[in-house]
Amino acid sequence: MNQSALAIRCAGLVKRYGDVTAVDGLDLDVRTGECFGLLGPNGAGKTTTIEILEGLNPHDAGDVEVLGMRWGQDDRRLRQRLGIQLQDTQLHDKLTVAETLRLFRSFYDRGRAIDKVIGMVELESKRDSHVGKLSGGQKQRLAVACALVGEPDILFLDEPTTGLDPQSRRQLWTLLAAYRSGGGTVLLTTHYMDEAETLCDRVAVVDRGRVIALGAPRALIATLGAEHVVEFALDAGQQPPADAALRALPGVIDVRYESTSVLLSASAVHLAIPALLAALDASRVRLSLLTTHSATLEDVFVHLTGRHLRDA
Amino acid sequence: MPEHAPRTHHALVELIRARLFEIVREPEALFWMFVFPVLMAVALGIAFPSRTVDTVIVGVLDGPDAARTATVLTAVPGVEIKRLTPDDAALALRRATVQLVVEPGPTPTYRFDPARPESRLARRVVDDALQRAAGRTDPFVPREARSSTAGARYVDWLVPGLLGITIMSDSLWGIGFSIVNARLRNLLKRLSATPMRRRDYLLGHALARLGFLVLEAGVLLGAGRFLFGVPLHGPAWLVALVCVLGALSFAGLGLLVASRVRTIEALSGLMNLIMLPMWIVSGVFFSSANFPDALQPAIRALPLTALNDALRAVLLEGQPLPAIGPQVTVLTLWGGVSFLLAMRVFRWR
Repeated sequence: MNQSALAIRCAGLVKRYGDVTAVDGLDLDVRTGECFGLLGPNGAGKTTTIEILEGLNPHDAGDVEVLGMRWGQDDRRLRQRLGIQLQDTQLHDKLTVAETLRLFRSFYDRGRAIDKVIGMVELESKRDSHVGKLSGGQKQRLAVACALVGEPDILFLDEPTTGLDPQSRRQLWTLLAAYRSGGGTVLLTTHYMDEAETLCDRVAVVDRGRVIALGAPRALIATLGAEHVVEFALDAGQQPPADAALRALPGVIDVRYESTSVLLSASAVHLAIPALLAALDASRVRLSLLTTHSATLEDVFVHLTGRHLRDA
Repeated sequence: MPEHAPRTHHALVELIRARLFEIVREPEALFWMFVFPVLMAVALGIAFPSRTVDTVIVGVLDGPDAARTATVLTAVPGVEIKRLTPDDAALALRRATVQLVVEPGPTPTYRFDPARPESRLARRVVDDALQRAAGRTDPFVPREARSSTAGARYVDWLVPGLLGITIMSDSLWGIGFSIVNARLRNLLKRLSATPMRRRDYLLGHALARLGFLVLEAGVLLGAGRFLFGVPLHGPAWLVALVCVLGALSFAGLGLLVASRVRTIEALSGLMNLIMLPMWIVSGVFFSSANFPDALQPAIRALPLTALNDALRAVLLEGQPLPAIGPQVTVLTLWGGVSFLLAMRVFRWR
């Protein structure tokens, strides 16, 4: 086993808050240089897990190793090498961007020049603006800049793009790509499947404090056996064809029912859709909706848990 | 990989710098820091101009002998008279707009409240004047050697006390608010995720406190000097030393108070719990000698008492450093012990 190739190793992690078990025997290996995503709904235990790995939250059982060191023994040396962005941190409103970074820079023995970091997060025009005057996306980029200023070996990001507009999200993604091109390791949590698919080399799908699926996003989607999802809904009060009939349609692998619609996992949309339309026609029901999309991690999650990421 | 830029500044220096920026950019905070204590000094200075009770206001009841009595009393220095109808007289006594009412006559009646010191004084002055006018002769006229009153007036005594509470509340509130706010904003947690030394953070708050101390003390002492002629005896370095010690002592206490508090409401409650008793017993508006002897050791062990006593000793009496040794010790102990305790119990999330 090549230990040095692992940036984070964590086995049998358990964390309880009173009667609630937030993390329930979670195993995780993050390789050096990869971008690893913890994907799961709110309350799945992602934040608790990442905060344990960051050394901010003690765990009840299990083994955690970060960069070959352990919390409780090498804390200061470890902190020098980690860059951390937390959910909902509000930096000093009255300090400017440059002043904030200068403060964070002073905590690290080595690191980047402030203006270099400001350039990385594209906040040059806001260099001397007060933090309180920044937009949400700019604040988030500053938070990431604070994590980058110590030139970390591992970057921890907890829901980095939650609440951001699409443009700000894309800016952050570009920024992460630049950090990774320098060889850095990233561990991030998200409940956006597109984010995980775009950014992550591997993801762990987390539900109720456990890893329920692990692998590259494409590989996880491939486990569905179908690359597409066909979704349809009928006019109110109308019954869809029998389950067995839907499953028997050519190209259909799986059938799921939601409150108002039916989802078919399909390996061949060009066969499934004509067959579906014919079947609906035969049962004399009318469509109110028909869409298709490529299968996503969301579909993986639904397939595994029967629930959606966003409302699980 | 980009080249490493070496660390350019020490974390403690940067923490102090950031904290100072935070304060300067909060105009309301500056108002409370500098303007409020001066306004209070002015208000109190006006209310108690020069607590000399030589002037007494005496009411003379209308009646046949009123004119003669009024003439006698008007001639007495330090007596101001008011002619009153019986109805007015009762009201004036009740409202204390006069200290005593004379019912003129061959045997005058003095109406007054003996519980009021000014009224007892008025009775003596009025009685002396009327007895002499009626023919009494004094066996001798005493010579008077008046001691200088500068530095002994109420406002002289008040200004160091106001400086004491200003230093106390600015330290406690300033540090308490800033820390609880940072905790509420998750900023403490974020900082604890960096290699920042926790000691540096607490020390930074305490030392940043000193940044405005010169102004705080200067504005208040300056106002005292120029508005009321309050004397400033002790050497500036000793005054500064006492102020610095006081500020650091209360900074330590502020850190301890804020070390685990999660809401501004809880902080306010705690602050009041700590400060109110000291406002009362530590000799701010009236001397702590008014409290029973049994309580004196406890009162003297309080940091505000120590600060006020040391300030008065240095400013009003020009005492040297050795004379305020006990106060310096009390302040150092409060500051040191509370800082160390705060380090231990401080909650970073």
